[in-house]
Amino acid sequence: MADTAVKAKDQTPTIEGTAKPVNALDARLAALSLPQGGFTAAARQDAMSRLRDMGLPGPRDEYWRYTDPRPFNAPAPQALAIPDGQETPLFDGLDKLTLVFVDGAFDEAASDDLALNGVEIATLAQAEAGASWAADLYGVLEAAGQKPVKRPFAVLNTAAAQDGLLIRVTGTPAKPIHVVHRRALDKADAMWHHVIRVEEGAELTLLETGMSGARSNGVIEVDLARGARFHHIASKRAVDAKVGIGHIFARVAAEAQFKSFTLSVNGTTMRNEAVIDIAGDDAVAHIAAAVLGDGGKAPFHQDDTVFITHGAERCESRQVFKKVLKNGAEGVFQGKILVKPGAQKTDGYQISQALLLDERSQFLAKPELEIYADDVKCSHGSTTGAIDEEALFYLRSRGVPRERAIVFLVLSFLADALAEIEDEAIRDCIYERLDVWLTLNAVQ
Amino acid sequence: MMVPQAPPPPSDEEKMLKIDNLHVKLEEEDKQILKGLSLEIPAGQVHAIMGPNGSGKSTLSYVLSGRDGYEVTEGSATLDGESLLDMEPEERAAAGLFLAFQYPVEIPGVGNMTFLRTAVNAQRKARGEEELSSGDFLKVVRAKAAELQISPEMLKRPVNVGFSGGEKKRNEILQMAMLEPRMCIMDETDSGLDVDAMRLVSDGVNALRSPDRSFLVITHYQRLLNHIQPDVVHIMANGRIVKTGGPELALQVEEEGYGDLLAEAR
Repeated sequence: MADTAVKAKDQTPTIEGTAKPVNALDARLAALSLPQGGFTAAARQDAMSRLRDMGLPGPRDEYWRYTDPRPFNAPAPQALAIPDGQETPLFDGLDKLTLVFVDGAFDEAASDDLALNGVEIATLAQAEAGASWAADLYGVLEAAGQKPVKRPFAVLNTAAAQDGLLIRVTGTPAKPIHVVHRRALDKADAMWHHVIRVEEGAELTLLETGMSGARSNGVIEVDLARGARFHHIASKRAVDAKVGIGHIFARVAAEAQFKSFTLSVNGTTMRNEAVIDIAGDDAVAHIAAAVLGDGGKAPFHQDDTVFITHGAERCESRQVFKKVLKNGAEGVFQGKILVKPGAQKTDGYQISQALLLDERSQFLAKPELEIYADDVKCSHGSTTGAIDEEALFYLRSRGVPRERAIVFLVLSFLADALAEIEDEAIRDCIYERLDVWLTLNAVQ
Repeated sequence: MMVPQAPPPPSDEEKMLKIDNLHVKLEEEDKQILKGLSLEIPAGQVHAIMGPNGSGKSTLSYVLSGRDGYEVTEGSATLDGESLLDMEPEERAAAGLFLAFQYPVEIPGVGNMTFLRTAVNAQRKARGEEELSSGDFLKVVRAKAAELQISPEMLKRPVNVGFSGGEKKRNEILQMAMLEPRMCIMDETDSGLDVDAMRLVSDGVNALRSPDRSFLVITHYQRLLNHIQPDVVHIMANGRIVKTGGPELALQVEEEGYGDLLAEAR
């Protein structure tokens, strides 16, 4: 496997005006204003001490071999211009409850009322002073997800998140919750932390679109009780120099279903981590992503890192990751399935594929299986390929211009990942938007 | 990029497709496939090409429709007087050329209807005609699909995915019917078809026969030519047309094989 994505890194930044080098973590923390915390205070303090033990990642960390951690380690993000104008919001035609975050902070005026049948919704910043059901969860799934792989930026997030949503679902709400992220300041370092609990037999669809901050760090902790169902559909389209990292930590109880799909488009350094603990029998966890990366205007590097633990019997997991890369773009996939002793009749599936639209782009994949039960079905595959010339000729021979034919073939390549979106109306919205973006960006 | 012109109305004398002394080799290996092939098809006629395996029949269809991987070293091919060989595949399609594939390609994730409407409208746009609205398109495509016994459900499925061999070939004829090409090349459309499917496909093709549309039917077997009756039959061997005759030539091949004909031509 090519190793060119890994560059030599100096982990000790020197702050101007000081004579001696400052520890990278101290410099990182000094740039943050740390919330006092109310019900989260203990979790935040615990996170801070874990972070001091752990430190920030360096190039020798196994899970940071393919992605340069420096943009995340730096005390502050690079300024990033606020784009002019806004395109029509995604999911515009759907009935939904819209909650707006600006650079990571809840914007009450721009949001719908926090009222939806079957759901309790509060914001972290407002609820923090009092007591909350979320006290049992905030930072808990994140902390559990640190073994065996360290995820320092999620720990940092638990310690320092400014705002977020606390969502407790007791029924089946009539419409999805749509979290919209927006940017206001060109140097914002946005950090938010959502805690979601879906109670027994309840169901929630969470939509996420847009981008917060010049740099962003988002954590979602999702706890699914027996028979609960959670659908997560995110669309992250970044402007050229955007840096972002996101973590989703899920605990899935018996007969519960967790399904997540993320569309990532552009940005310079983007990493999405998913840590899913399948803890109860007959549970299901699917995680899928479609990535469009163009390294033409700014270097593009996108990383999906997934860790699924099977700890119960007769559970099913699926990982479907598809990346379309051009102009020297880099894609990374690190996906692991761990089947614990006793997790019999596990059905684990993992596929990661890249479509490289030129010879300069590259895909680095590290699929891992670790199995300690003897009656399981686990498969993984990873492929890297170019546009299918036979299919391209077929389309062109019918009069479809080359650029349009390539858009068709890119959509065709992504189809398996998009098929993981269960709701047809939501899937159609994503298809339409993809079509527009691909057509605007037509590959020559 | 060439803008294809609307073709002039054909006169009786005019040859719609004219191939002259065509020499073609594979780009990647130095292997000559077509060695001076000449062929003329007037408007409104159906010509059949028969020939043994490896005679270059499929190469001819690919070179005419513009597939990569072939190098024309000599000769010419024109459609209504315009050189095909200088055009991109989509320009050839807009100029009125259509190739029904021997092995239609499956394209998962792209709806058959979406693909077909994009193709129809791209060709109309290239010719400077108005694009069809989705309502008008739907009406036409449903009617034509019904004639070919293609169900509305098949129209919604991804292009050729999960189609049987016969369904794929019927889908090719549906595309032909929707795109209304002037020059249709059919590359072993009969391969893999049972008797009923062959009749359906042939009926579809026969319904498209008209004084200003021509066909080049490439086949191994005479059987297809019972259904689609040719005006002229060519025998191809070793990269050239070695004998030309009427429909009786196909019957002769069926009875005697290629041996005698090829020996005669030598």
